[in-house]
Amino acid sequence: MSLTANDVNKIAHLARLGIDAQDTESYAKDLSGMLDLMTQMSELNTDTVEPMAHPMDQAQRLRPDTVTELNNRDKFMSIAPQTEAGLFLVPKVIE
Amino acid sequence: MHTKSLSQLSLGLQTGEFSSVELTQAFIKRIKQHQDLNAYITITEELALQNAQLADTRIANKKADALTGIPVAQKDIFCTLDVKTTCGSKMLDNFISPYNATIIEKFNQVGAVMLGKLNMDEFAMGSSNETSYYGAVKNPWDTNKVPGGSSGGSGAVVAARLAAYATGTDTGGSIRQPAALCGITGLKPTYGRVSRYGMIAYASSLDQGGPMTHSAEDAAIVLQTMAGFDPKDSTSVDLPVPDYSANLNQPLTGLKIGLPKEFFSADLNAEMATKLSEAIDEYRKLGAEIKEVSMPNLKLAIPAYYVIAPAECSANLSRFDGVRFGHRCENPVDLTDLYPRSRGEGFGKEVKRRILMGTYALSTGYYDAYYVKAQKIRRLISDDFKRALTEVDVIMGPVTPTPAFGIGEKMSDPVEMYLSDIYTIAINLAGLPAISIPAGFINDMPIGLQVIGNYFTEAHLLNIAHQYQQVTDWHQQTPKGFE
Repeated sequence: MSLTANDVNKIAHLARLGIDAQDTESYAKDLSGMLDLMTQMSELNTDTVEPMAHPMDQAQRLRPDTVTELNNRDKFMSIAPQTEAGLFLVPKVIE
Repeated sequence: MHTKSLSQLSLGLQTGEFSSVELTQAFIKRIKQHQDLNAYITITEELALQNAQLADTRIANKKADALTGIPVAQKDIFCTLDVKTTCGSKMLDNFISPYNATIIEKFNQVGAVMLGKLNMDEFAMGSSNETSYYGAVKNPWDTNKVPGGSSGGSGAVVAARLAAYATGTDTGGSIRQPAALCGITGLKPTYGRVSRYGMIAYASSLDQGGPMTHSAEDAAIVLQTMAGFDPKDSTSVDLPVPDYSANLNQPLTGLKIGLPKEFFSADLNAEMATKLSEAIDEYRKLGAEIKEVSMPNLKLAIPAYYVIAPAECSANLSRFDGVRFGHRCENPVDLTDLYPRSRGEGFGKEVKRRILMGTYALSTGYYDAYYVKAQKIRRLISDDFKRALTEVDVIMGPVTPTPAFGIGEKMSDPVEMYLSDIYTIAINLAGLPAISIPAGFINDMPIGLQVIGNYFTEAHLLNIAHQYQQVTDWHQQTPKGFE
């Protein structure tokens, strides 16, 4: 199976990932190589196999719905790219 | 001082032979002498000396733990409060962590002294430490060779004795492979044994932290501090932590060792096969019985892994959006510009490749063909191990197909690089513990022997490794120029 540069651009858009136009072809080639590797999987019939998501098939543990986090607002603001009055700033979304 | 084992260092500190401050200064001096290895991203000298002083007070007050006052280097994947935590990426080059990972808290509680943060493949994606934004780490045994990855900095500093021990993380071999290529001991614990809280996530169902040390004896001491249930990690397993050092000296008489025929096929490099069979002969002399086992689905581990890990990575790395922390592009016009440009600038090529692969595997129309299929194969591989581990106590095999390769040698073809993980990846898919121990040299470069055990049998693996290290001295070798 092989991917085209156009496929790569579509996937990059889904991932909100900017890629340089001159690299698109090489990503298409690399991803096609990876997909070739993955076609080996289809040689095996797995119709009756249950998918495995967790090594111990452990279910998600629940905890009481209580506040455990401390208020670290100042610390979080100090590492943010742009802030104002304790809020994260992004470019204008709605005109 | 830098050649001593952890128990010798602890004894030296407690008998007053040297202080933690002196020990820390000695390691910092060595780190500065060998900066050309590029193993540290951040050196926390001032903090280390402060903590060494506190440790000296604690030792004077007879309140020392096994690791109190002993210098450690942390892989830069573990969040460290008020210290830069980069994960080897430009994306986090400006990230000062607002909190500590659970294991960092645990090391702090016992009074360990952190020397700094170690270089690694970007977001732990790589097998050679060449994908780091901070440049490749050099292998102390030959500086033209890679140290392995992704915990390449950890492998290099322990081999070069630029820290008494280090931590690593292992998603597809990232502790065991650099341990093998640098001639040290590296243990990947059972999935869920060591907390993942504050360990920057790559593939959450596979990631596991563990010790990288000179010997199994040292690894037992370090794992004792790292292991344990953590309510902050939803996949942490709530089981008591045994005493990892208690059974190191148990004899191995009657131990049943399984050798998977798939690991020892004609594909295995002939010199590697010879070295491994010499190592297995040592176990025979120690009283072990050797048996062939078969795990027919092992060959599908690489394709299954390179679906599951990128899929999980594409989800995990979506948090890096240029809004709350990490890299943001200059002058974004709007959000549709801010997200892709910040991410495009912040991530390197291998990370982008895996995000693209994972996004594709999870996208509409492909989810069943790739992701669900890979999860089913994961089950079959896990079942192969379970079956084999009813016939034998442990499984042994290579860690890597060859000793360390040259820097730049495999960077042009990602698939070729992925194939170098062939002996380690299946263990992560199954979630089992495995240890890599030094087992000799090929052309003056170290190689490792891998010992794989059943779930939560770390103490047994350490015992098996320790017994080998009582009759061999591969783990005591030091690269030239680092004595």
